[in-house]
Amino acid sequence: MKKVFERPKSLRQAEFTYCPGCIHSIIHRMVAETMDELDITNRTIGVCPVGCAVFMYEYMNCDMIEAAHGRAPAVATGVKRVLPDKFVWAYQGDGDLASIGTAEIIHAAARGEKISVVFINNTTYGMTGGQMAPTTLVGQRGSTCPAGRDPEHTGYPIRVSEMLATLDAPSYIARVTPTSPAGLVKTKKAIKRAFENQLAGKAFSMVEVLSNCPTHWRMTPIESFKWIDENMTPVFPLGVFVDR
Amino acid sequence: MTNRKLMKGNEAICYGAIAGRCDAFFGYPITPQNEIPELMSTLMPDNGHVCLQAESEVSAINMVYGAASTGKRAMTSSSSPGISLKQEGISYIAAAELPCVIVNVQRGGPGLGNTQAGQADYFQTVKGGGHGDYKVITLAPWSVQECYDFMPLAFDLADEYRGPVAILMDAIIGQMLEAVELHDNFEIVDRPKPWAVTGMRERDHNVVNSLWIDVNVMEEVNLRLQARYREAEKNEVRYAEYKVEDADMVFVAYGCSARVCRTVVDLAREEGIKLGLFRPVSLYPFPSNRIAQITKSGCSFMAVEMSCGQMVEDVRLAVNGASEVLFYGRTGGVVPTPTEILDYVKQVYDIAANPTS
Amino acid sequence: MLKRQEVKIVGMGGQGIMVIGQLLAHAALIEGANVVWFPCYGPETRGGLAECTVIISSDEIGSPVTSTPDTLIAMTQPLLDKFAPTVKPGGVIFVNTSLAQPPKYRDDCKIVEIPANDIATELSNPKTANMVMLGGYVELMKPVKLESLKASLKEVLPEHNHRFIPINNTALDKGAEVTSR
Repeated sequence: MKKVFERPKSLRQAEFTYCPGCIHSIIHRMVAETMDELDITNRTIGVCPVGCAVFMYEYMNCDMIEAAHGRAPAVATGVKRVLPDKFVWAYQGDGDLASIGTAEIIHAAARGEKISVVFINNTTYGMTGGQMAPTTLVGQRGSTCPAGRDPEHTGYPIRVSEMLATLDAPSYIARVTPTSPAGLVKTKKAIKRAFENQLAGKAFSMVEVLSNCPTHWRMTPIESFKWIDENMTPVFPLGVFVDR
Repeated sequence: MTNRKLMKGNEAICYGAIAGRCDAFFGYPITPQNEIPELMSTLMPDNGHVCLQAESEVSAINMVYGAASTGKRAMTSSSSPGISLKQEGISYIAAAELPCVIVNVQRGGPGLGNTQAGQADYFQTVKGGGHGDYKVITLAPWSVQECYDFMPLAFDLADEYRGPVAILMDAIIGQMLEAVELHDNFEIVDRPKPWAVTGMRERDHNVVNSLWIDVNVMEEVNLRLQARYREAEKNEVRYAEYKVEDADMVFVAYGCSARVCRTVVDLAREEGIKLGLFRPVSLYPFPSNRIAQITKSGCSFMAVEMSCGQMVEDVRLAVNGASEVLFYGRTGGVVPTPTEILDYVKQVYDIAANPTS
Repeated sequence: MLKRQEVKIVGMGGQGIMVIGQLLAHAALIEGANVVWFPCYGPETRGGLAECTVIISSDEIGSPVTSTPDTLIAMTQPLLDKFAPTVKPGGVIFVNTSLAQPPKYRDDCKIVEIPANDIATELSNPKTANMVMLGGYVELMKPVKLESLKASLKEVLPEHNHRFIPINNTALDKGAEVTSR
């Protein structure tokens, strides 16, 4: 019998502890598949964040570093600078990358660090209990904005991809979402492109993945996918912002 | 003679780092340590190593975390306010059991303070400035020569005890010009680092981590760290003494304060006052046992610091009530002069020399 | 060589205070003495206070700073006013009389008057007033040999200023002439 589907070699024999329907699981698998396809697992150092993906080092079958909250781009910089021949990726959520770690991501991008970043934007702090994030939409509820985000009080969501696209150094910046079969294909392609760029010696790449949080959004997974398409993509338009 | 060169303590740190086979330097500008990132920005690439100016002290220490994770010898330098910013990273580095070297050229504080010399970061450095139960082996050079000599030692200690090692200086030690011999009498030990993340090849994946959800595992990690600290306390105590044997009162001072006190010892002895100087070279581990021994001579002690009194607490713990422990300090960037210390000694001398009278 | 010399050199930023201190320190180094040079700057990059201390000794040097120097070299009036009272009784105060009045109130000190800027201007390079003062100090107090100072110029001056070594040598000599009289 022909095997048509199996666990990527870059994933360990460990069960994901994510909530049912969470997009993290999909993106973890894509990162692992991409490492398999590019045959880089044995030369990869992955850097994982603080947030729901904090245990990523238990899932990925490559060398891993667990970074302090928001510091993954700085940690990845330290690794890549001393081991320029190795493959280095960082994986961060929106609280990690767009709030506490804004300086780190902007300057890693501005320096053109030869790293690949996967940015999971689900407009919420999942692990800590659904608090307001820097990417929370206006009017969206969270445990620290129970009446909905009020721009008079806490401003507006940050569009990280557009912001980093103003810099000269990055080689690839794209925003994708895997809420449809076509979106899944595009997401995988974007991650592969970001990884290939690093292998080609190109500067900083980042893929922003619009993601869900069915638990804190209080939706079924299917509803949450629909919510991304209807509410998030108008604020965070999909597309390729930098490709050079 | 031929190798004697005039340079600043900050510059000697850089040459010492090269001698100690430092692979990577990550820094951020702050006075009075700027000579370090400035010189490193040419010295490191000239020697085929990495030097990068980070966007903040926070990033610099996290770049050190990344580079050290790969088993490379990594360091950063800063001054007091910048070291405060690095504390998060230092705690993570200690927890992840990563070797690295952190140079602190202390200035006047607290707050933005000033760029003159201070020693008020003793607590922060020696007692663990970040969160959690960890210690930082700390060396305090008092000369430009020691700035050079201590760097290879610091990297070796970091590797041996798998943790951050601090070089605690001050604006004077960092900025003064003095003769230094750039010798190569170092025995650098290349320790295997099987824990390093370098890409897997023929082994299971390595993880550099400071997260242990299971409290029992976390406690084990803590106990492992503590066991290493006990080893360091056994093997890595360093100190120097000057005319302690017959002294009625012994200064305890490190770095610049110790230099000043050495002059006071000479001035006082010219007047028949028998002072001595005990200089802790390792601030952690603190030379408590030796201080306890010295109390048996019946002398009293005076801690002298450019702070309101921080190291003096460790002196009191070491003396443990066996002798009188006095304190003289100037703070906020003020360096005590030999004459003012001598005047103070004369004020308290009779009391201290005869504590029962 | 004297057993121990503590000299404080003060002036405004830009007058070459640090460089003559370093030159003195380097000369002491090549003569095999122990030496410490320590700077104190104001926060301004230009025009602020500039102060450095040089301690030269045949013994190991303890304190790298002193509040009561044996010798003061003062390049301007405000800094002279600030530091003249700190000089040890019996000490020596070198005054750049082109820019400062001698502190007559320190009648317990030897006061040496050198119109350094005037002399430097005669040499068509007013910037060498610092070297004139240093030459005068070294000739009188002899902490190091004048030749050692001259030999140190190429070590202390940055390479792009090496073309000024001849004029600096002349300025050192002119200063020495003042105090050798």
